[in-house]
Amino acid sequence: MSRKKVFEAQIEYLQILDEKGNVDASLDPKLDELTLKKMYETMVRSRAMDKKAISLQRQGRCYTYVPTEGQEAAQVGSVMASKKEDWMVPAFRENAAYLAKGVSMRTLFLYWMGHEEGSRFEKDQNCFPVSIPVGSQVGHAVGLAWAAKIQGKRQAAITFFGDGASSEGDFHESANFAGVFQIPCVFICQNNQYAISTPRARQTRSETIAQKAIAYGFEGIQVDGNDVLAMYVATKKALEKGYAGKGPTLIEAITYRIAAHTTSDDPKRYRDEAEVEAWRKKDPIARFQTYLKKNGFWNEAYEKEVQEKAAREVEEAVKKAEGFQANPEDMFKYLYQDLTPDLRQQMQEMKQSLEG
Amino acid sequence: MQLNLVQAINQAMYQEMERDKSVMVMGEDVGKDGGVFRVTQGLLEKFGEARVVDTPLAEAGIMGTAIGLAVNGMRPVLEIQFDGFTYITLNQLISHAARMRMRSRGKYTVPLVMRAPWGGGVRALEHHSESMEAIYAHIPGVKTVIPSSPKEAKGLLISAIRDPDPVVFFEPKRLYRAFKEEVPEEPYTIPLGEARILQEGKDITMITWGSLTRTCMEYVQNAKYGIEIIDIRSLSPFDENTVLASVKKTGRAIIVSESPKSGGFAAEISARIAEKALMSLNAPILRVSGYDVPIPLAKLEDYYLPDTARIGKAVEEIMKY
Repeated sequence: MSRKKVFEAQIEYLQILDEKGNVDASLDPKLDELTLKKMYETMVRSRAMDKKAISLQRQGRCYTYVPTEGQEAAQVGSVMASKKEDWMVPAFRENAAYLAKGVSMRTLFLYWMGHEEGSRFEKDQNCFPVSIPVGSQVGHAVGLAWAAKIQGKRQAAITFFGDGASSEGDFHESANFAGVFQIPCVFICQNNQYAISTPRARQTRSETIAQKAIAYGFEGIQVDGNDVLAMYVATKKALEKGYAGKGPTLIEAITYRIAAHTTSDDPKRYRDEAEVEAWRKKDPIARFQTYLKKNGFWNEAYEKEVQEKAAREVEEAVKKAEGFQANPEDMFKYLYQDLTPDLRQQMQEMKQSLEG
Repeated sequence: MQLNLVQAINQAMYQEMERDKSVMVMGEDVGKDGGVFRVTQGLLEKFGEARVVDTPLAEAGIMGTAIGLAVNGMRPVLEIQFDGFTYITLNQLISHAARMRMRSRGKYTVPLVMRAPWGGGVRALEHHSESMEAIYAHIPGVKTVIPSSPKEAKGLLISAIRDPDPVVFFEPKRLYRAFKEEVPEEPYTIPLGEARILQEGKDITMITWGSLTRTCMEYVQNAKYGIEIIDIRSLSPFDENTVLASVKKTGRAIIVSESPKSGGFAAEISARIAEKALMSLNAPILRVSGYDVPIPLAKLEDYYLPDTARIGKAVEEIMKY
């Protein structure tokens, strides 16, 4: 008979670039100029897209939009740490992740303008469509990476979800599968402090979300989600571990949703402007700009060029997306590989009703 | 070879796993235990742990991960231990498995099969005798199949496994060991979406599926009318033509189903007949079905399930017209 400690765990926190743009030199991954600039530009492009989409929604030219503002580093840092053939499985606030994965802005605008075509990705873009039922996409990432493991491929999956999703059964069941079968899946919880109006404290009594990994037998780490370098480093390490057959990792990215939940949400009902202001000071883009400047990769001329290029890209993408004409028959065409007799008949009925 | 339903389904999976390395079996107790009904017996020994997976006890997790497995090149055949536990998979099935092809414009496909023992009549515990197939047949993007015999089950399951889209495959557990029949050794397919005429007749069309095909066949042995029995096999896609052609010939339709009556799949069949063959009818369309109650526990289930007596009553009723 005895009484003894049988388990003990701890959670690390990683920050490389602080809120003022100071870097911890011992942790700096010292990425090359091209990579650093791509990180910066992708974040700027996402921010520019957000601004435009919200404005279009107000004008009635875009439907409900989900802004990414404030979470660009959490997404860009992690996706850029992955390989092209790795999977990216998003929730619904991952515009920056899509851009980092190489998806065109035109495609993203198409989605928010109400076209299924906005989920048509290129053949070599291993990313999943937007998943709206909260947390339900996490299992898909585990399955994708599981298949890679069975097939002996050096391929992993990254999945994004939020603090709200950490309460969903789908998250827990999927994390458990990943732990049991040692699946090369990186779980990235963007803890942006709110699930619509419900604050983080109402989702769990746990001190961290990262520690939920411990219960499933794998490593969890808390990362400054507004620090693109920390996100890159943490994800890279998690992916390498996955490729090496050492299983999954949970990364809790501490970040903040600067904008509303969606264009239909009024955050003034549940949070103070002062809180938002405090988080604006931790902005991921401004902080990274300081870092680039210190390294001699940033100047005013470069900034002007990046901003102008992003603005042009946005305008062109909107123009292309607004020019897209959906074919009503498409709603039938992609449901099964072959049209069923019922669908063929219903498609015919629709055609006839359109002809009047 | 003479096989029962369990053996025929097992053989279908075995042969498909031999033929195609991407086919895998996953679920609760499907490996070492061979499944609670032993349907997956012997697969683990033959194909190994990577392809025959004893999963954690988590149905949504099974379906959720199976979707990812399917998109990335595998063909998961997942077993949900009982019909009453398939509801937990519904969010994944409705919200994702069924939509992934459409959502991604055909880029991602989900060739999975969800197998589950289905229906009543074996004196099981609560949640072990359900027949809520109408829910599944209602989901656009999913196919729903219910075989009625060993030979049928083998051909339909092989089709389901080779199908490029998600298939729900409900196995009438009452028939698992009820009888054996000659099942061809070689793999063969039965197309999904084609009904079969079990017995020809000129007076009444009797439409049914799963275990009740047996009850209907038992009834017609002594029937005084010519009854045409159609086993629809697949609720979705649905073979309307076979049903309508028969009803146009007989002028009378009885639908026999063990599900709760209201909103069941019998209502769907009835609506199609009413829409497209009303003028051929000599009598109202009748349904013989379960009642609008959860299937009772063992002691009362026989009062709930349609039997030859209730079928006989409906036949007498419809022949009054």
